[in-house]
Parts: sequence; structure tokens; C-alpha cells
Amino acid sequence: MTTAKPTQDETWGEAIRRLAAGEARLVALWADGTEARMALSAARPEVELFRYAAVDGAFPSVGAAHAPAIRLERAIADLSGLKAKGAPDARPWLDHGRWPLRHPLGSNAPAGGGEPERYAFLGAEGVGLHQIPVGPVHAGIIEPGHFRFHASGETIVRLEERLGYVHKGVERLMAGADLARGAELAGRVSGDSTVAYQIAFARAIEAATRMVAPPRAAWLRALMAEIERVANHLGDIGAICNDASFALMHAHTGVLRELTLRAADAAFGHRLMMDRVAPGGVLVDLDRDRRAALRELTTTIRDRFPRLVELYDNTASLQDRTVGAGRLDPGLAQRFGCGGVIGRASGRDFDARRDHPYSPYDELRFETPVWKEGDVNARVWVRIREVEESLRLIGQILDRLPVGPIRSEREPAGRAGEGWALVEGFRGDVFVHVRLDDDGRIARCHLRDPSWFQWPLLEAAIEGNIVADFPLCNKSFNCSYSGCDL
Amino acid sequence: MRRTLIEGLLNGPLTEAAPGPDDPELAALAQEVERAAAATLGRSLSIRHVDAGSCNGCELEIHALGNAFYDLERFGLRFVASPRHADVLLVTGPVTRNMREALERTYAATPAPKWVVACGACAKDGGAFAGSYAIVGGIGEVVPVDLHVPGCPPRPATLLKALLALLDGRGR
Repeated sequence: MTTAKPTQDETWGEAIRRLAAGEARLVALWADGTEARMALSAARPEVELFRYAAVDGAFPSVGAAHAPAIRLERAIADLSGLKAKGAPDARPWLDHGRWPLRHPLGSNAPAGGGEPERYAFLGAEGVGLHQIPVGPVHAGIIEPGHFRFHASGETIVRLEERLGYVHKGVERLMAGADLARGAELAGRVSGDSTVAYQIAFARAIEAATRMVAPPRAAWLRALMAEIERVANHLGDIGAICNDASFALMHAHTGVLRELTLRAADAAFGHRLMMDRVAPGGVLVDLDRDRRAALRELTTTIRDRFPRLVELYDNTASLQDRTVGAGRLDPGLAQRFGCGGVIGRASGRDFDARRDHPYSPYDELRFETPVWKEGDVNARVWVRIREVEESLRLIGQILDRLPVGPIRSEREPAGRAGEGWALVEGFRGDVFVHVRLDDDGRIARCHLRDPSWFQWPLLEAAIEGNIVADFPLCNKSFNCSYSGCDL
Repeated sequence: MRRTLIEGLLNGPLTEAAPGPDDPELAALAQEVERAAAATLGRSLSIRHVDAGSCNGCELEIHALGNAFYDLERFGLRFVASPRHADVLLVTGPVTRNMREALERTYAATPAPKWVVACGACAKDGGAFAGSYAIVGGIGEVVPVDLHVPGCPPRPATLLKALLALLDGRGR
């Protein structure tokens, strides 16, 4: 007797049930043509992929049972035109009514024209409540987005984010692109995570083509990824303190960050290390002299950083601002599968380098710092410890960097295939899924920024804080606008 | 904290000498701007940054202008929070369709005389995103651009050079 193959409604429904029950974590949700695709993770290091062929242009909503999927479904509706049946929020997300067409990854139908519709923000009712609209152009040197506050006096009752302002149509540009062009675009999804994105893209392509990056290339990738992490964390630690009006820390971490970028420039020829990673390997090698320059950098930071940590720890006026501010509930962080510093500062012990291991991290020793408090202070401490861990990793990589070629000698065969990769960037886990067409060109490439599962939590964490603490809390999250807007 | 402060006083500054304008485009623009800027504003410019669709790479390098090595403010150049306080709009990114109106309104809110500096490869012609349904194109498609700073992203030293050329046409 054979059991009948489960229908797509059964497998899709079972995946939703597991997500809602907390048995699995949502990794990504996107559409490919008229098919909805879902990636989730339960027993690490596996990632399970599900697909659902749309019926009458719709698929059963995941967001109805599992809130982290809501914005992803709104993005799918805007880009592909596929509707999530039963979705709790039908408002557009990326499409502000200003594109010349609708559903750029689907029908490409011309847009109706006319004035864009007014966006219906969620309300809040009560005596004396007032609204504060902020953005999309902000006061500092940051990316654009709109924040709608409902406040009772000083206290924030509700924050709603409206993003999508920097939507550039990356996934449509990806369609039909060759691998070099794909890597260029992947490196520009979120400039501060350019290395992480290019590694994720390269590994997804390698999985799809069965191309293998040589060991030296994998180690050099990790070296660049850790330098990127150190540079960004140093910048963030300083910027958080600066938003609490403690400029001294900002000045000192700014110096260390600049030294890091200069060392990256000297070692790899670009301050942010953009366009150094490609499918099949890396594009630049590291010679002996440049290796010494990186060692010098780690020595300098190891020498100066502890004093800055002490400064943070001993300045009561600074701690007064960071301790207890913007507390993110660990339960929410867990439910949203929130990655990166934000998740780890709220007790979620997850690190793609360890839990979905990829070369060379399976051969390296490092700790994943986890704090339970979930406040701004915890997010500062996780960053501090991660700087220290990344310096350890850089040291190990420089000591043990294998010799050999830096690019695969075999060209990809030029045939259809699919692959995915999960890479730990400084902000959290970056997921990339690619589908190649019969000529080996990109048919569909989906890039899921870690901030998809972090932005919604900022709305929760800010509740009950005062409006004046928003910049501080927001900086401690440091979510990517460009990464989510794509 | 005391030790950190004392060391900061005793050790020499990290700030590096200002780069001179070596680009003919910059020198020409500087001369053009000199008359208006020197007469109206003296030796100081207020800059308002606008991200019109950048990947945030340019923002990282604009931030770096404030660190001890480049120390933008020693030249009388400072970033301000409102376009109403600005002389210069420093605009990054390709202009996305979703940001077009915000950029236009920011430009309109900036009092004359004003200059627009387009920062980075995307700001020139859309860069890596040229041809997308979601972008208008370079900054010049939406507001008049006085100077373009090349690079993906431009190095802080290149940015500094461009801003100094705007500030001071005397060509050190």
C-alpha cells in the first residue's frame, strides 16, 4: 500500500502550522513567477524549501498565522501580484504608487497613473494623543524612511514604520543578468554589508552550479567578512554613544573604524571591500606585506579598544541612557527569528556561522555572545564582544591562511539549477536564493536582508519609551533601509 | 576617562593636511562659485545630506568626513539638520521614484544661493541601477547639479576635495 503524495495545500499548511507553533523559524518568503516560495529552518543546519503554485493568483497566507511574514507578503503582492489569501494587512508596502508599472516581477501591467493613494497609517485612540510624522528625509546622515509616532505627552504609544523609499528594483535587474552583473548588484543591496551579500550570492551560485571555491578563497572571504563586522560594530558603538550625547566615544571608535577601513583598502584595494568576492572564489589575493598590515591593525585595536570598553562601563551618565531603554522582549525576538546583534541581545542564541556552518568557520574557534536584557545596553555589549571575537577570528585566519588558487578553475557549466546560502553579516543572517535558466543566467534571485525580521521589532521595543530616546533606540537596532527596500 | 582625555591632549592630532584641488573640473567650478559664495556666505558652508536612493555605501564615507582624520568642521563646513539651514545639498544614490518628490521638496526648501553636489556613481546616471523601473536616473534628472563626485563610493579624501573646491576657489 502506498500513501498518497501530500497535496501542496497540505505541505504548505503544515509549514505554516510549524511556524505558528514555534517549531520552525521563517527564513524567507518570496515569489518566483506564479509560485510562492518559503524557506524555513527547524533542525539546523538544514533549511527546508517549500513551494506553492498559486491558484487564481493567490496562495494561503503565512502572515495570518505567523506575523513575521506579513511585510514579506505585502512585498510579494507589490512585486509579483500574487495575493496572500487571508492576509491580515492588504496595504501596499514597496509600491508607493509612483512606478510606471505594476507587479514588476509579474504582469508588468502599466500603472493607472494619477496621484498616488494616501497611505492609511494605523491609528491610536485616547485622550490627548498626538501624531508626529518623521521623514522620509531625516535630520542626520542616514537613509530615508517614514516613522509615524503616536505619543501621549513624551511617551510613545505607537510607532509605525513606512519604508520602501529607496526601492531600486534590484530583483528585476537580477532577472536575465549574468553572474558578474549579479554579483555587482548583490554587493549594492546594502552597502554596509557588501561583503556579506557578495559572499551569500557567490555561495548560492556555487550551490546552484556545483562550482567549488578553493580553500584559500573561502578563508579570504571570511577575513573580509570579519573586517567588515569589526568596522561596522566600531562605528555603531560610537554612534549609539553619540546619540546619548557622549561624543568622546564616537571620536575614538571613529578613529579605530577609519584605521580598519584604511587597512582594508591597503589589503584588498577598496575601503568597503566592494566587488572583491565573485562566484567561484575571490578577485584579489593577499600577499605577505598586506597580511602584516592587517596584523598591525588587530594589534592596534586590541591595544586601544579595552580602554574604550572601560570608558563605556564606567560612565554612569551614559549607562543611565542605555540601560533599560528600548527593551526588546526575548519572546518576540524568538518568534520573529530575529538574527544578528538584536536577536543575540534578547537571548536568541543564533549565529549562521555556527548554526549553518560554512567554510572556514567550521575550522575556527569563536564564541557567540548572548545577552538576555534586550535593551540598548545589551546591544552595545553584544557588539563589543563581537568586535573582540572577530579580532580573534582575523588572527586565526591570518595564522592559518591556506595556500593555493583563489578562484575555481572550472567555469560554471551554463545550465539550469537552484541554490541558496545563509551568511552571517554584521547585522545578521543574509539569505540568498538563486534560480538559473538553461543558459546559466540568473532567472530569479531573491535576497532577504536580516532587517526584515528586525524592523517590526523596533516598533515593539520603542513602545513606552520617550520620543527623545527614539534616535538612540533606532541606532542600537541599526536596521538597513536599502537592504529591505531592495 | 581622565587618562583617555589626557592622552588626547598630549598626543598630536590625527587630522591630515587638506587635499588641494587637482581636478580641472573642480577648479573651474570653484572659480565659478567663488564670486557668489565668498560675497554671500564668507568662508563657511552648511551642508544638508539627502539620500535619494543610495545603497548606504556613500553614507558611510560621508560619515567618515567627521572623524579625526578628515575633520570636516575645521574648514567651516558642517552638516545641518534642515534644508532651510543649508547652502549645499549633498545628494546620494540614483533618485528612486519613491524619493523623487521628497528630493524636490528638500531642494525647494533650501534658500538660494544654493548648490547641489551629486555624490557617487549612482548619482551621476543611476550607476548600477540605471534602467530600472523604480528609478528616475541621476540626481541631475530631478534637480540642477553643480558638481559630481565620482566613486562607488567616493573616498572621503575625494569628497573633501570637492567640498573644499566649492568653499574656496583660490586654488591652494
